Amino acid sequence: MEPLTDVERQTVLRIMAEHKSRPGPLIEILHGVQASLGFVPPAAVPVIALGLNLSRAEVHGVVTFYHFFRDHPVGRHVVRLCQAESCQAMGASALTAHAKRRLGIDFHQTSADGAFTLEPVCCLGNCACSPALMIDGDLMGRVTPQDFDDMVTAGQARK
Amino acid sequence: MSIDIYVPRDASALSLGAEGVARAIEAQARERRADVRVIRNGSRGLYWLEPLVEVALPGGRWAYGPVKPQDVASLFAADFLQGGAHPLSQGLTEEIPYLKSQQRLTSARVGVIEPTSVADYVAHGGYQGLQRALAMTQAEIVQSVLDSGLRGRGGAAFPTGIKWKTVLDQPAAQKYVTCNADEGDSGTFSDRMLMEGDPFALIEGMTIAGIAVGATQGYIYLRVEYPHAYAALNEALNAARQARYLGRDVMGSGRQFELEVRLGAGAYICGEETSMLESLEGKRGEIRVRPPLPAIKGLFGQPTVVNNVVTLASIPIILARGAKYYRDFGTGKSRGTLPLQLAGNVRRGGLIERAFGLSLRELLYDYGGGSASGRPIRAVQVGGPLGAYIPASQFDVAIDYEALTGIGALLGHGGVVVFDDTVDMARMARYAMEFCAIESCGKCTPCRIGSTRGVEVIDRIIEGVERERNLVLLEDLCETMLQGSLCGLGGMTPFPVQSILKHFREDFHAGTRH
Repeated sequence: MEPLTDVERQTVLRIMAEHKSRPGPLIEILHGVQASLGFVPPAAVPVIALGLNLSRAEVHGVVTFYHFFRDHPVGRHVVRLCQAESCQAMGASALTAHAKRRLGIDFHQTSADGAFTLEPVCCLGNCACSPALMIDGDLMGRVTPQDFDDMVTAGQARK
Repeated sequence: MSIDIYVPRDASALSLGAEGVARAIEAQARERRADVRVIRNGSRGLYWLEPLVEVALPGGRWAYGPVKPQDVASLFAADFLQGGAHPLSQGLTEEIPYLKSQQRLTSARVGVIEPTSVADYVAHGGYQGLQRALAMTQAEIVQSVLDSGLRGRGGAAFPTGIKWKTVLDQPAAQKYVTCNADEGDSGTFSDRMLMEGDPFALIEGMTIAGIAVGATQGYIYLRVEYPHAYAALNEALNAARQARYLGRDVMGSGRQFELEVRLGAGAYICGEETSMLESLEGKRGEIRVRPPLPAIKGLFGQPTVVNNVVTLASIPIILARGAKYYRDFGTGKSRGTLPLQLAGNVRRGGLIERAFGLSLRELLYDYGGGSASGRPIRAVQVGGPLGAYIPASQFDVAIDYEALTGIGALLGHGGVVVFDDTVDMARMARYAMEFCAIESCGKCTPCRIGSTRGVEVIDRIIEGVERERNLVLLEDLCETMLQGSLCGLGGMTPFPVQSILKHFREDFHAGTRH
């Protein structure tokens, strides 16, 4: 397990201090850590556990229960492709195949240039505009393979 | 005087380029020295017309859509600020038949008002319900909700008033009101639209719930996939606090109610109420065995109201206009209205709020205009991933709780997903099991193991391995999951599978490799 850098440790401690007095704060803290560091480093688990008086197993259990939390770094942009029924009815499978081909990766992987991580998601609430995807916090609807390629080109240019 | 132009900030409208449209309008207005004010509203829910731009004219709001940024110059050139003719003109928004024929009670303000402006909310009838509630006894408020016939719009359709009465009757120092905003069903977006387009309706509904049952703290459990709703809710919560609609002294009544938003983390199961409570406590979203009911022992072990967004957002109008007003909409035991959501392979997808009793066929063809692909509609899944697939022969079914149950389907949260005749229903059955396997919390065996075995059995059926034997096995497995699971995920995953076995069985016989 890679130890936390000083900056990472301070970030984790700062986020914990912000949320600790609230009831049931663990998930809020994990959101804070992932928003700041991009993921929840395994070495942050014992730090959080100690601070909340929980066991490591309890914190690890929560991190791994939720699809949204990840324990490894991701690319500069995270693209989440909807796989749910409504998007399937509008060609999500073909779009997914196209996306994987275009980026040369499978789900949960990061493209070689470090620009994109591809994740599946079940429903973005954009079902009247299927198929949908979300890049970072931005939602896209009625996505065609061409739209996807344009998004990739734009994303590669952004740092 | 400046002219008001409405460009939605609704997530779906943004996903189709509404932000660029708003910027283009502002840029063009500057260039042409036109005095306009761009207001970012919610969506009217006419998604085939999004981004839908509305101009406030003396005679009403005039609609143009779907507008792309590159259309904006021509809109100005056509004098759209005065309702000028343009190929994208849709006429008066309220006269568009899709909207005009609706009965919008819960979503009346969505797309109309500026979502995070308290003043606009109040100007459109907001906070009248809370004001009335504050003049009533707790028992009277609960009685009004009971009398309205309102049932939980999240999917379970349990009478809301009974839940509230149970919580009211519990002696406890601390009680909670929680809102289940973990709208995870594919094909549903009414909660999202409401939170983005009229967040005060939810806030007011929760405040009334708090006053009614004696809870001083509320939580909105919002799915992380909804960042736009998160932003709108927090803006609205701050505005409500500042205007003293929340806090220690709600509307000068001396009553206290605080409210905050908590984010989920991508677990479908957290839409199950006990799992949501676990998650709100910061734990794994594993379901709790009932009893005790959350109304008796809920969040942090205290009596807790758990209601869906649409349920809570329907409360203000029930209090403002009276239980009878609301109850007079609907049919049989399905009272009031339901915001239906039309999605998938359909020409005109969107939000359709109507009294219960509309037929599925009217919804699909009169509103939806048939499939987007132009091909025949073959199957419709109603009620999310745990809902049955309905074949064309049953499209005349009425959309109410009892009628759908009568044909072995369910209404759920009112999501309707349309598939054309290119759909492979065996793959959809497999997906139902796969979804359950991915999202199972792992607490009970039928769900945790059964779903994985279900995927394997369906794979063998699709491949043609001992097909008849495996079809029997699949039916048996469905029965086991249905009878033996602790909650609705494992207990209802069989519904789509069984409906496919019943109505689309031929799709399991497509491949004959063995």
